[in-house]
Amino acid sequence: MNPDWIAGLVGGLMIGAAAALYLLGNGRIMGASGLLGGLVDGSGRSNRTERAVFIAALIAVPGLLVAAGQAQASAPVAGSGALVLAGLLVGFGTRLANGCTSGHGVCGISRLSRRGIVATLVYLLAGGVAVLLAHALGWTA
Amino acid sequence: MRLLIAALSGGLFGAGLVISGMTDPAKVQGWLDVFGQWDPTLGFVLTGAILPMALAWRVAARRHSALTGGDLPPPPPQTIDARLVAGAALFGLGWGFSGLCPGPAMASLSFGGPSFLIFFVAMVAGMLLFSVWNRRA
Repeated sequence: MNPDWIAGLVGGLMIGAAAALYLLGNGRIMGASGLLGGLVDGSGRSNRTERAVFIAALIAVPGLLVAAGQAQASAPVAGSGALVLAGLLVGFGTRLANGCTSGHGVCGISRLSRRGIVATLVYLLAGGVAVLLAHALGWTA
Repeated sequence: MRLLIAALSGGLFGAGLVISGMTDPAKVQGWLDVFGQWDPTLGFVLTGAILPMALAWRVAARRHSALTGGDLPPPPPQTIDARLVAGAALFGLGWGFSGLCPGPAMASLSFGGPSFLIFFVAMVAGMLLFSVWNRRA
């Protein structure tokens, strides 16, 4: 099997284990956009320390792994203008839909949530269209 | 205890994202590029992530509270509304343009350089814009 697929499966199992730990340990759904969004707009005030600790570890551990040579740093695929547009779309869209790849995708699909499944199908389709558009417009870093 | 679990979970999430290839925008665009050079790797990531979580939901269904004592999440809402579909569509467009979604965007901050920071700041701005718009709507 392609080594990238094995890394994907192993990394995926780690992501799922992290979500399982957060659910059974703290009774919370591990959604990246919701954890961050609640800090950004103040709606997550009641458990902001927990959110901040989660995000701090989420930022720090990949940095340590890359510094230790255990994981690959990656390069952007789009220029600054496209990144600003994309960031605005991701920020606004995930709050409007109340979830992203982790919340709707991983946590939603795994409990057969209708909303999670529909959201995932829609963002995969829109993502495919966006890649076609980006290639057609020649958007590169 | 809650904070320790949050740190362990956040760290494991970050490690999984960077090991799986989710933090590599080129790989993400490859997964979404169904009509071009399709790269199935992210299918393995999603499958790998759903398996332990499906098990966790089954365990959660038999428990009355989380290990730290708080409530477990209520059953998921069923409503498919315009907000869900429109939000997912906007998110998907941004995801495809950049190859970044919120988890990997945060996980890349420590090593990604200025481009990833630009995306992160714009994403936070998008969240703030939503909050302002939502208060008026």
